[in-house]
Amino acid sequence: MSSGRKLPFGAWGAAAFVVLLVGVPLVAPQFWVTLGNYIGLYSIVALGLVLLTGVAGQTSFGQAAFVGLGAYTTAYLATTYGVSPWINLLVGLVLTTLLALFNGVLTLPMRGHYLPLATIAWGISIYFMFGNVDFLGGHTGITSIPALNLFGLELRNERYYYYLIWAIALAALWTSNNLLDSRPGRAIRALKGQGQMAEAFGVDTVRLKIVVFVYAALLASVSGWLYAHLQRFVNPSPFGINQGIEYLFMAVVGGAGSVWGAVIGATLITLAKQVLQDVLPTLLGRSGNFEIVVFGILMVVVLQRAREGVWPWLARLLPVREPPPVPAAEPLALRDRTLLAGPLLDVRAARKRFGGLIAVNDLSFAIHAGEILGLIGPNGAGKSTMFNLISGALPLTSGEVVFRGESIGSRKPFAIARRGIGRTFQHVKLIPQMSVLDNVALGAYLRGDAGVLRAAFKLDRAEEARTKAEAARAIERVGLGAHTHAAAGSLPLGKQRIVEIARALAADPLLLLLDEPAAGLRFLEKQELAALLRQLRAAGMTVLLVEHDMDFVMGVTDRLVVMDFGEKLAEGLPAEIQRNPVVLEAYLGGI
Amino acid sequence: MDLQIFALLVQDGVTNGAVYALLALALVLVFAVTRVIWIPSGEIVAYGTLTLAGLQAGKSPGTVGLLAGMAVVAGSFEVYACLSRGEAHRMPRQLALWAGVPLAIAAASWWLATFELPFWAQILVTLALVTALGPLLYRIAYQPIAEASVLVLLIVSVGVHFALTGLGLWFFGAEGSRTPPFSAASFELHGVTVSVQSLLVVATSLALITALYLFFGRTLTGKALRATALNRTGARLVGISPDLAGALTFTLAALLCAFSGVLIGPITTVYYDSGFLVSLKGFVGAIIGGLVSYPLAAAGALFVGLIEAFASFWASGFKEVIVFTLIVPVLLWRSLTTTHHEEDE
Repeated sequence: MSSGRKLPFGAWGAAAFVVLLVGVPLVAPQFWVTLGNYIGLYSIVALGLVLLTGVAGQTSFGQAAFVGLGAYTTAYLATTYGVSPWINLLVGLVLTTLLALFNGVLTLPMRGHYLPLATIAWGISIYFMFGNVDFLGGHTGITSIPALNLFGLELRNERYYYYLIWAIALAALWTSNNLLDSRPGRAIRALKGQGQMAEAFGVDTVRLKIVVFVYAALLASVSGWLYAHLQRFVNPSPFGINQGIEYLFMAVVGGAGSVWGAVIGATLITLAKQVLQDVLPTLLGRSGNFEIVVFGILMVVVLQRAREGVWPWLARLLPVREPPPVPAAEPLALRDRTLLAGPLLDVRAARKRFGGLIAVNDLSFAIHAGEILGLIGPNGAGKSTMFNLISGALPLTSGEVVFRGESIGSRKPFAIARRGIGRTFQHVKLIPQMSVLDNVALGAYLRGDAGVLRAAFKLDRAEEARTKAEAARAIERVGLGAHTHAAAGSLPLGKQRIVEIARALAADPLLLLLDEPAAGLRFLEKQELAALLRQLRAAGMTVLLVEHDMDFVMGVTDRLVVMDFGEKLAEGLPAEIQRNPVVLEAYLGGI
Repeated sequence: MDLQIFALLVQDGVTNGAVYALLALALVLVFAVTRVIWIPSGEIVAYGTLTLAGLQAGKSPGTVGLLAGMAVVAGSFEVYACLSRGEAHRMPRQLALWAGVPLAIAAASWWLATFELPFWAQILVTLALVTALGPLLYRIAYQPIAEASVLVLLIVSVGVHFALTGLGLWFFGAEGSRTPPFSAASFELHGVTVSVQSLLVVATSLALITALYLFFGRTLTGKALRATALNRTGARLVGISPDLAGALTFTLAALLCAFSGVLIGPITTVYYDSGFLVSLKGFVGAIIGGLVSYPLAAAGALFVGLIEAFASFWASGFKEVIVFTLIVPVLLWRSLTTTHHEEDE
């Protein structure tokens, strides 16, 4: 809330930041300008890690190698062939893209802890390459790199160079912030632990991870290029694995969830290092690389006590801006809804075998446009497996799933999403820190096409406005309008399940798959959910409802398919099923 | 390359590989029970060599001070934990265990270092000193966040690695050390010179691997650790304390690393910061075994040793490049063949 007490602090904070940034080189002694330069260089690298590690959840210890690539490219070309540094910057970016693509394609499909280990490995490899390749000067490196020339002005003076570094750093902050608040940004946020959900809404997660990885690598490479022309000499030591670890540490300490965490982390670590390098030798009575002891211990303490870093703590002091109401905008295009002959979805002798267990055994049923079909059965009947066969989360062993006359049984989830099947998850999969609006807007991922570049330079605003308006409409439709701007994780479970339905609706689906939407809901919440489903049917939506709450299912479905032990036990109208002796036997154990 | 050189390289590779294998086993053990990717294992190896070298030089090794310092920290952690949980009555016992025992080991070693000990006794003192660091490390760095994700634990490991490297410089100094070989003898076998030293290293590794196998297969404690590795919550439900299991695991792992340090001392000059690359090579081996299989990890480590030996013959400058580039395809293969749960990230 923009209370009168807190607002001045935020305004003062911003003003102080600008004054400090612009003023340092004008008045401060050389020493502080140098520190400011390094903070800027490190911020750029840490920013890439905020996106890659903090937001997308892909840990890299190897960023220093990309910094080195940027630095060595310009150092080598400028000293050996006299090529202009500005051309070298482009060459460095191209080389970095190639190396990052190669490394990314090889390592990013890795999951869990394998990726960070791989980054340590190639971080070390590239470092030793720098030190052992003769034309790069071996361990002595390359000296007398020319100064940068900007509009005829030679940037030999660190005070001028400072402005160049920070102009680039601020530009990087701006593009990164834009990127996070966009169509690809929402998908990037889902990469951290919600990959399966993102796939179900059409995100090609491996490709997106590679894109973010290349983005972070390019930032690192730019930082390296700046470094080379600031120092005017390079050797392998600042590009080793220890520096790579330090970059990651900056992002973690600053707060890897926000772009400002990068600047704060870089500042804190650089200053701390400076102070420690001054104080420790006098304190200990001998010189050496002792600040890494304090660093290491600090790293452990931060992770034990404040895993989110410094930024969230600072952000609490800043004013909270009241989110503006979502402006109306032209709706996004709807998909073709021509009714084809035959059922909307036709499951033909679907079978799924897990080793010796046949979870779904030659099951056949059909869903017709405009109906709510319930798929029910006791625990372990194979309902969820059947659901996953339709949504593409599991491949079929045999049989066929036909959607609008096309076989989709062997397709990936994002390909199935593209054909117009929206789904919810049995265990709610929302991005808890993100607003309900952004969560629902992720559902409309396939209805837009803004890419990373358009998003980074804010060229996606028209499409973004339409997407947000579409998401807001879906939220209104399910009756959560009052919670549009709340963090999704702050809602009670019942409402979170409804948000999931809104997200699926935002995808403009022809068929809605609901996986146990009533599980864990209280009585009133179930009644609200039932009312919502009836309202959707009245609007012509087709729904497949997998559920084991009999009372709930009886009230909302048009037709039921009952499963037991992977096979179809019965099919019919709810009233018939309720009287069916075989079904009663399966559910109640035959009394 | 003739047969002589080939045999020499194989012997080199197998000897190094045997040391990496011990390390790989320690890493698999730690990961299986605590989910910690134990990057700082290398520092423990280096401490092993440097402690033994210190004793050889007739000095009280730096490890004594380090151990005493860590005992004080762990002791204060325990005091704080007991007070905040309102379990003051448990304090004397916990203090004795976490501060008393390591302080006693440090004091005894400090006193023993003043005598001219025989070589085997120096090794024993080294093993005791360095092994005692293991449980203290677990208590201080890992136990407070034992439930965190693998990734957070990995970053903590990197922090511990930083701290231990710097402390190594502080306690042991910047100069490298090499310990004398256990035996300078060698013999001819079909025209190939085999050094007794290499045989001793391989034999020690094999003996330790067998001992581990027996410990996990035959003793109740070993079985309890295996249970914790498979299912932490389940193990807790049947009365196995995860804290105790963690401390025990780190003790065993530190013992293995201390042995590696003693074995590697005569082979190569060890500096305070040599451990990192050594531990990463152990990792390559451990990862070949998917961080779960002991025999595969040992085999992987042997493979790394051989690759390294041949790489240093053909392209010595690029030795590390070759070894660490090798890990990437191995990792890829591993990550694609293991089942993975998204929620674990």
